[in-house]
Amino acid sequence: MNTKGLAMTRPPALLGTSGIVFLIVLAVVAVLVPVLNLAVTPDSAVHVPTYVVSLLGKYLTYALLALSVDLIWGYVGILSLGQGAFFALGGYAMGMYLMRQIGTRGVYGDPVLPDFMVFLNWKELPWFWYGFDMFPFAALMVLLAPGLLALVFGWFAFRSRVTGVYLSIITQAMTFALLLAFFRNDMGFGGNNGLTDFKDILGFNIQADGTRLVLFVLSAVALGLGYVLCRFLVRSHFGKVLVAIRDAETRVRFTGYRAENYKLVAFVVSAMLAGIAGALYVPQVGIINPSEFSPANSIEIIVWVAVGGRGTLVGAALGAVLVNYAKTYFTSGILAPYWLFMLGGLFVAVTLFLPKGIVGTYYDWREKRRPHDDIPGAPIAAPGPAE
Amino acid sequence: MTDTATLEPLAEAAPAAKKELTEALLYLDAVTVTFDGFRALNALSFTVDPGEMRAVIGPNGAGKTTMMDVITGKTRPDRGDVFFNGGTTDLTKLDETQIATLGIGRKFQKPTVFESHTVLDNLRLALKGQRRALPNIFRRESAAERERIDEIFETIRLTEHRDRLGGALSHGQKQWLEIGMLLAQDPKLLLVDEPVAGMTDAETAQTAELLRAINANGHSVVVVEHDMTFVRDLGVRVMCLHEGSVLAEGTLDQVSANERVIEVYLGR
Amino acid sequence: MTSRARLFRFARLLCALALLCAAAPFGRAAAQDAGAPDISAPLAQLTTNKYDDTEAALGALALSGSPAAAGIVTALAEGKLVFGGTPPRLFIQGEAGALLDPLTLQPVAEAPAVKPVRVNNRVRRAIDAANGALSLVSPDAGKRREAALAVGRSRDEAALPALEAALAKESDPKVKSAMNLARASILIGKEGITPAERIAAVELVGAEGNQDALAILRSVPDSAAPEVKQAAADAIAGIERNLALWGMAQNVWYGLSLGSVLLLAAIGLAITFGVMGVINMAHGEMVMLGAYTTFVVQEVIRTSYPGLFDVSLLIAIPLAFVFTGLIGVLIERTVIRFLYGRALETLLATWGISLILQQAIRTIFGPTNREVGAPSWMSGSFEIGQLAITSGRLWIIVFSLLVFFALLATLRLTRIGLEMRAVTQNRRMAASMGIRTNWVDAMTFGLGSGIAGMAGVALSQIDNVSPNLGQSYIIDSFLVVVFGGVGNLWGTLVGAMTLGVANKLLEPYAGAVLGKIALLVIVILFIQKRPRGLFALKGRSIEA
Repeated sequence: MNTKGLAMTRPPALLGTSGIVFLIVLAVVAVLVPVLNLAVTPDSAVHVPTYVVSLLGKYLTYALLALSVDLIWGYVGILSLGQGAFFALGGYAMGMYLMRQIGTRGVYGDPVLPDFMVFLNWKELPWFWYGFDMFPFAALMVLLAPGLLALVFGWFAFRSRVTGVYLSIITQAMTFALLLAFFRNDMGFGGNNGLTDFKDILGFNIQADGTRLVLFVLSAVALGLGYVLCRFLVRSHFGKVLVAIRDAETRVRFTGYRAENYKLVAFVVSAMLAGIAGALYVPQVGIINPSEFSPANSIEIIVWVAVGGRGTLVGAALGAVLVNYAKTYFTSGILAPYWLFMLGGLFVAVTLFLPKGIVGTYYDWREKRRPHDDIPGAPIAAPGPAE
Repeated sequence: MTDTATLEPLAEAAPAAKKELTEALLYLDAVTVTFDGFRALNALSFTVDPGEMRAVIGPNGAGKTTMMDVITGKTRPDRGDVFFNGGTTDLTKLDETQIATLGIGRKFQKPTVFESHTVLDNLRLALKGQRRALPNIFRRESAAERERIDEIFETIRLTEHRDRLGGALSHGQKQWLEIGMLLAQDPKLLLVDEPVAGMTDAETAQTAELLRAINANGHSVVVVEHDMTFVRDLGVRVMCLHEGSVLAEGTLDQVSANERVIEVYLGR
Repeated sequence: MTSRARLFRFARLLCALALLCAAAPFGRAAAQDAGAPDISAPLAQLTTNKYDDTEAALGALALSGSPAAAGIVTALAEGKLVFGGTPPRLFIQGEAGALLDPLTLQPVAEAPAVKPVRVNNRVRRAIDAANGALSLVSPDAGKRREAALAVGRSRDEAALPALEAALAKESDPKVKSAMNLARASILIGKEGITPAERIAAVELVGAEGNQDALAILRSVPDSAAPEVKQAAADAIAGIERNLALWGMAQNVWYGLSLGSVLLLAAIGLAITFGVMGVINMAHGEMVMLGAYTTFVVQEVIRTSYPGLFDVSLLIAIPLAFVFTGLIGVLIERTVIRFLYGRALETLLATWGISLILQQAIRTIFGPTNREVGAPSWMSGSFEIGQLAITSGRLWIIVFSLLVFFALLATLRLTRIGLEMRAVTQNRRMAASMGIRTNWVDAMTFGLGSGIAGMAGVALSQIDNVSPNLGQSYIIDSFLVVVFGGVGNLWGTLVGAMTLGVANKLLEPYAGAVLGKIALLVIVILFIQKRPRGLFALKGRSIEA
């Protein structure tokens, strides 16, 4: 559909214009926000209070999460309605580390057991909590827990060629099953209440302004690196196969590629990115609980990507920040009861009137005006080829 | 990647059949496929020799597409043998990807190219080479590969369209691109399903020329086509399918003179 | 457990009373007379106004079988049993202090000065006991049976004489078997009876085959003869097998009940998703709207036409169908028709619609649960063997099957059904034959939504009517449709029932939540094994 004449041959650039703009903006924000927080007095108009820093940090982790969705939805056509599960698993891995750091400062003062275990009258730490007192181990788990789940789930699903909405529905069932499981007290993850009351991270007070700034900057760096990684992947031969799978999976198989392996790699990478996002999210909001597994959360991620522009990477990050800013703005004011109307309306409006999202529409417009510019990342061709 | 199932020597096979098997590139014997009681293929048997080009004709529902599905691993036969490479490989035990890697390329009835990739990228993706996922993340194009792609562009006459998106090509251009992609795969056997459907007469003639050129380069080709002018242009052995088995075989003139073929095409 | 304690007390007293009765000349023989039994002796005994005599008289009355006995015992309990005159006579004090004859309950001509028969705690216990024994000979067969069952459960040997007395007179076979069972239950543990008698008792109890019988059989004394113990062990094993079967049957019943709920929730989806291929994430909200329709109907009935309450559901069903059907048509015309062939986009847009509908209901009705009442014909329960069946659940199963077959008939037999199938199989061909495909699309979607609304009426009976009602069904519904095989209504039926029963059979082993998780995992694995569900259509080159 979006086939606008001839484009000049260019060596595949790692970053397009929009990518460079994105990284520059990200870098500026990562520097400016801490400066405005630290160097400007609180009474100044441009001062950024610490709670805003954490809020922005949260947006950045959401942007990374959206990026992970865009990698598989935008480029492989896998609409995962369970991406929130990977995010939550990463978050739980980080949360378990933070719980172990509380030590004797908990309400019950048990040096080993987190409060909720003492409360449940548990005598010993469950085996799967071992090692989480060491940060490197927890960091590894942030990648491995979502990665392994994605590997196992994806291996089954892609090998048996579950595609399109069927895949979406079983990913949703997956996160729903995890939601039920994590609600249980005897799973050993704090049940309903999840993990909270964190004290410090790597020896730094988690409430301190400095720690929050560092977490914010780390989130920005993770988002930047995540973007470059995704961009690298989708520009590679590997990434071209991914897009080919999205458009004509059968053809890819008859061309000799094992489509399921490509999907699996992309799915696992995406899950790990989501896990990292979750791990950065938890110390900034101070809690992780089972509601992160709820299917509704996972679907909401999709709308971020749809708003920003599926298959553009930059758009996914932009959409996440925009929608979440809107959410914060509306849910904190008198308009709070209407937020769900707006979110619902956004779902409908974007699919009907802005199917390519903000960035995708901008690319189209730019293509029309300057047909000889660089080729956009991976335009979505005819609607719904993935089904 | 190519964990091909190797065939035990067919001890019970008669010497003549054995010779036929070991000399054939593709060997189908008594292949039957049933869908919900409907027999799409009914004890279909034929062989394709190395370097041969074969045209397959037949009315709608004769089983032409199902035959291709069986050869390329998309459909499993209920009964019968499908062997490749002189009887060394049992195709019924392999899936599409393995069969494609073995050297069987397929062009679909409806032209299927990667619409949001450029024509150049379409060929790059099809080009024979690394197929595994992880190594392809860091793959770079070699000079030899670039040359090969340029050659294919010459053959399929799409050089000036190399940077257009696949989806932007005309119908005929898509057909050629798909044939070009098959060529890039460098298969031993090309299965081509209705390559000239919807083409102008000039395009049809060019396509016949293209397929002859491909065949002359040593590729075996099986073409399914309704267009008799095109089949005549190809000038090859013709096989007529009807109700899932071979009705007649020979030159086009022989086949079109066959009474049963006339009956099938003209009705009784 | 207070009732049980009371029964125990009653049984012990019966024992004492029975001994007294046996000694008295008017004992059992008098009670067995046809006609009205003579109770003049206990009446005379009551006039002595001594606790011991009162207690003994109560025992005699309890076994007398006299129709007047119950009234006399009740009057004593209420302090209205009085005596006076010479020789002292007994009266019941009626309304406004009038003295009544205790046998005839007619006012007496001359009223002497009277005072009430004294009651202390011991006598009060005797009253309770007498009431219990009177129940055994009560004219109401249901009460007799209940009393017998109570005696059987208490298993006090002391109650045996009263029981045997009642048994001798009993004619109702049901009550008789209950009494026999009670007697056998007592005999099993009783000292000094022959092994043959005990075995007979064991067999009688064993034939009962329920939990109570199991407890009784386990109490066969260690001192019993080996053949008795063997008989008891056999009977126990038999009952346990039997109970396991009934337990399984009960779980299957629960499963069918859950399956019918799943069927109701999924059947509309089988139309919109299975037939049209539209992923309607707002399907659950259609169910929710149906439930709220029921709520509104009941509110109107409550305030304006209270007499109609029992038919409120019958009124709500067509209203819910029409209302949610219209909402469905509206959604199809304004959103979904622009998204045909783009399943993932449809999924997102309808999810958005579901958020809007939820929030709209939350704004109008508030976020809390709304009370939807059950009409009288849907409450209550009954038993088949060891199977407990609630009427409400039974009706829901019946209703779900009715809806299913009605839908099947609509698709098979009606013009619109024919057009729906034509459009889904070949849209362009259907259009060229003059079928208004747009109209058929809207009608099909409306039909699916309307059915969801009807489901909501039924689900309002067993689930909380809240804005989140639909959310809890949407994932299950999709799994049912996909599991059963898309585009196949029978698949949906089998899928729903299979998942329902599997869920309930898993629950005893895994617990409710783990059972549910296990089921999700099984379905996920199943879909991967057979991506097109249980009843898949096989065919040539479905894609490309």
